[in-house]
Amino acid sequence: MRGKFTYLVLAVIMAAGSLTAGHALAGETIKVGILHSLSGTMAISETTLKDTMLMLIDEQNKKGGLLGKKLEAVVVDPASDWPLFAEKARELITKDKVAAVFGCWTSVSRKSVLPVFEELNSLLFYPVQYEGEESSRNVFYTGAAPNQQAIPAVDYLMNELGVKRWVLAGTDYVYPRTTNKILAAYLKAKGVADKDIMINYTPFGHSDWQSIVAKIKKFGSAGKKTAVVSTINGDANVPFYKELGNQGITADTIPVIAFSVGEEELSGIDTKPLVGHLAAWNYFMSVDSEVNEAFIDSWHKFIKNDKRVTNDPMEAHYIGFNMWVKAVEKAGTTDPAAVQKAIIGVTVPNLSGGYSAMMPNHHITKPVLIGEIQDDGQFEVVWQTPGLVAGDAWSDYLPGSKDLISDWRTPLACGNFNVKTGKCSGKK
Amino acid sequence: MILLSSRWRSCLLCFLTIMSLVSFGVAPCPASEDTTLFEQGAHQLVHGNFRQKEAAIAKINATNDPRAEKLLRALLGGKLYRVKKDNNLVYITKKGSRVSITDVLSGKELGTVKKRTLKKITINNKLRSKLREELALLALRSPDPDKRLAAVNKLMSSLSPESAKILEKLITTETNSKVRQGLLTARAIANLRDTDDAKRLQALTELQGNLNPAVKNELTRLLGEEKNKDVRQKAEAVLSSIESKIAFYGLVEKIFFGLSLGSVLVLAAIGLAITFGVIGVINMAHGELIMLGAYTTYVIQQLMPNSIGLALLLAIPAAFVISGLAGILIERTVIRFLYGRPLETLLATFGISLILQQSVRTIFSPLNRSVATPAWMSGSLQLNPVLSLTINRLTILVFALLVFAGLYMLLKKSSLGLQVRAVAQNRSMARAMGIRAAKVDALTFGLGSGIAGIAGVALSQLTNVGPNLGQSYIIDSFMVVVFGGVGNLWGTLVGGLTLGVANKFLEPWTGAVLAKILILVFIILFIQKRPQGLFPQKGRAGAAS
Repeated sequence: MRGKFTYLVLAVIMAAGSLTAGHALAGETIKVGILHSLSGTMAISETTLKDTMLMLIDEQNKKGGLLGKKLEAVVVDPASDWPLFAEKARELITKDKVAAVFGCWTSVSRKSVLPVFEELNSLLFYPVQYEGEESSRNVFYTGAAPNQQAIPAVDYLMNELGVKRWVLAGTDYVYPRTTNKILAAYLKAKGVADKDIMINYTPFGHSDWQSIVAKIKKFGSAGKKTAVVSTINGDANVPFYKELGNQGITADTIPVIAFSVGEEELSGIDTKPLVGHLAAWNYFMSVDSEVNEAFIDSWHKFIKNDKRVTNDPMEAHYIGFNMWVKAVEKAGTTDPAAVQKAIIGVTVPNLSGGYSAMMPNHHITKPVLIGEIQDDGQFEVVWQTPGLVAGDAWSDYLPGSKDLISDWRTPLACGNFNVKTGKCSGKK
Repeated sequence: MILLSSRWRSCLLCFLTIMSLVSFGVAPCPASEDTTLFEQGAHQLVHGNFRQKEAAIAKINATNDPRAEKLLRALLGGKLYRVKKDNNLVYITKKGSRVSITDVLSGKELGTVKKRTLKKITINNKLRSKLREELALLALRSPDPDKRLAAVNKLMSSLSPESAKILEKLITTETNSKVRQGLLTARAIANLRDTDDAKRLQALTELQGNLNPAVKNELTRLLGEEKNKDVRQKAEAVLSSIESKIAFYGLVEKIFFGLSLGSVLVLAAIGLAITFGVIGVINMAHGELIMLGAYTTYVIQQLMPNSIGLALLLAIPAAFVISGLAGILIERTVIRFLYGRPLETLLATFGISLILQQSVRTIFSPLNRSVATPAWMSGSLQLNPVLSLTINRLTILVFALLVFAGLYMLLKKSSLGLQVRAVAQNRSMARAMGIRAAKVDALTFGLGSGIAGIAGVALSQLTNVGPNLGQSYIIDSFMVVVFGGVGNLWGTLVGGLTLGVANKFLEPWTGAVLAKILILVFIILFIQKRPQGLFPQKGRAGAAS
């Protein structure tokens, strides 16, 4: 018993020793903040991104680090708690003095940290598709804006599948509501009548889809080709697709195109009844390119499990991290202001075999891919945009934002410049 | 008329060829022209894009080649691959980690290879529905009546007056009454497009009360363009009678949806009705005990991946035991010391719920686990074209009632039940009569937890199995128990089903979000008026609480 206790004391002393040693070395490393929930509801999606960042930083260090220094990851856990995101972000910037932060998943967590990054003038790389209508000097949006995901997806359904009736189904929060507002405006501009659009919202984690699926089925039996555009988030998708299967709705009667269902989400579902349903992303694990294969191999090696999948937000972090590295090398310093200036125009390879560039509005260029779900939980690309699509911060289809543009280069340096009035409505 | 033209005839020929092949047992030598067409089509499948593949499918089906059906089925089923090296088209069958391949053109077995050397011939939705259509035409003559029926339904949306004649022929030879009915409907729909007024009137008479969605669409179309007054009047009458029938079945469907949602609520809440209702413990970890049951199902399915149905049945007792033991452990180590201090119990059990969640995250990963649904629990029971009941929901409804009945019998008829009720009604008096109250408390808590585990098995078939499973049901469970009346099983049953049905009736008007809010407001108001719930407990305990 006594012996055990001694070991314990020794272990504590050693742990404390290594901690102080870490601090001693801190001056010689560049710190990178990772702000992803490792517990709570969002842990399901965000834990993977934390691991992705660790892998990217590890690889960069093997290549010799950055500006002759090693990179050091600082991982914090905001625990899916939105106000805590802001606190942890402040801690990363002021206490740990990180050079840049990679993090957030939900829009509400991004909105919560935004004032912190603007106040302390630091950098945030945000890797998830979002609703647009935002452009900050301090945030780089490496996920898709609505015109890089939703609009091309609707175009595909309209032109390739001849869809005439639309169900816009989403979870009740800011991303689906804004996206559906944009889509409804877009569909109406294309001549779709009001009675051919059905909009439905459900709470987070909704599990009883019986009556909604029955309603969709009824809506779809009117003799016109019908499709569901789904912004249903996370967990609620599993019972939704199960109910579709049970009520006999298959992809060739009423296809469902999803914006929040990727390889990671499918790994928790029995995908047999889903075959043929669609998803729109900028990257799929099944994309056939050498750089993608290399990425998957190193991911499997890093995570020590070759069953793990890769997905779109992981690619966004891959692009965002490489852009940051390139911009720091270009600027010769990690100073946020210098990096902000240097990163615009930086071009790095994406995983689908092409290149992505950082635009002046802090969004990036990406290809848009439409994939069909296969029975092994992977997607088969059935269509893709001929070229790259540049992310548009302010939608052209909403009355409030169609006159706004964002350009962070001097002399304009404005995130919401109104081209009609010639004024910048936000702070410079 | 697109479908039943030359392609149809060629399909028929194709079918006949297959039949002759079957009956003679010898492979007939296909006409050489067709052979080359077939090979061309196959070539196009390997090299073409989706549009060329579509042409290739039509080409292949137009040949009388007996290999066509097999090829199309394999393409639809994702069993058609090409060899990366020489681009030969092959069928695959899985053999462990390797696959064995068969040449499409020659039918020769080519042995087993690594899957990596092959590339799948991909199809998209458009091709998939095209393939189904082609195969449906073949299926019209299938010996299986279900397949014939499906084929008729497939044709229903693309009919014309000419197809009426072909349908006529099929009707005379059809023996199965259901398929015959389908063919008659199809013929009537086709006749609705006839130029002869009398024929249209006759068709309308035949379609009276027919619930097939194609009929309703066709009638709506007819009303838009019909000139003849009689036909118009008749069509309006027929359509309105169909619509009132649909409305009635819609009501039946809504009640079923409500009962089904209610049964899930009852299942989740009934364990709580025992722990909260009978021994008065506010157990915030109840949801996590449900989660344990769901994970038990997952683990058992992992252990026996080849018989998921049996695994599901085995999971019921296993989940009861595991959640029950976890419950007894919680009661013995924590709750026992906190009886009579509801606030502390609430906090302590909330802490336990967090511990359980995080340990599941550590053991199984934070990602959701996939629990498969056995074949006998998927699909739906088609009562008529507008009313179908999904089988998994039906099963769970029945299961919930069985669990309720079992629990009720246990409490009313067994000696444990007697003791539980005695302790619940008057603790000190029961102890004076020689009942070991502490043991009864532990067993009661274990029983309630075990039932939660069983609920978890049922929920694993409906929703995500993940660390957050419990959280999403704990509030609903408390709602049902408080609404139904604390300490009364009947209250839980009636309360759960009522809330379910009310929710489903509100949902179409208000949307799912507002419906939930309205229900919550209703319960708050109800509890203000009737704090003891629907079925108040009688006697001392009721008076005391």
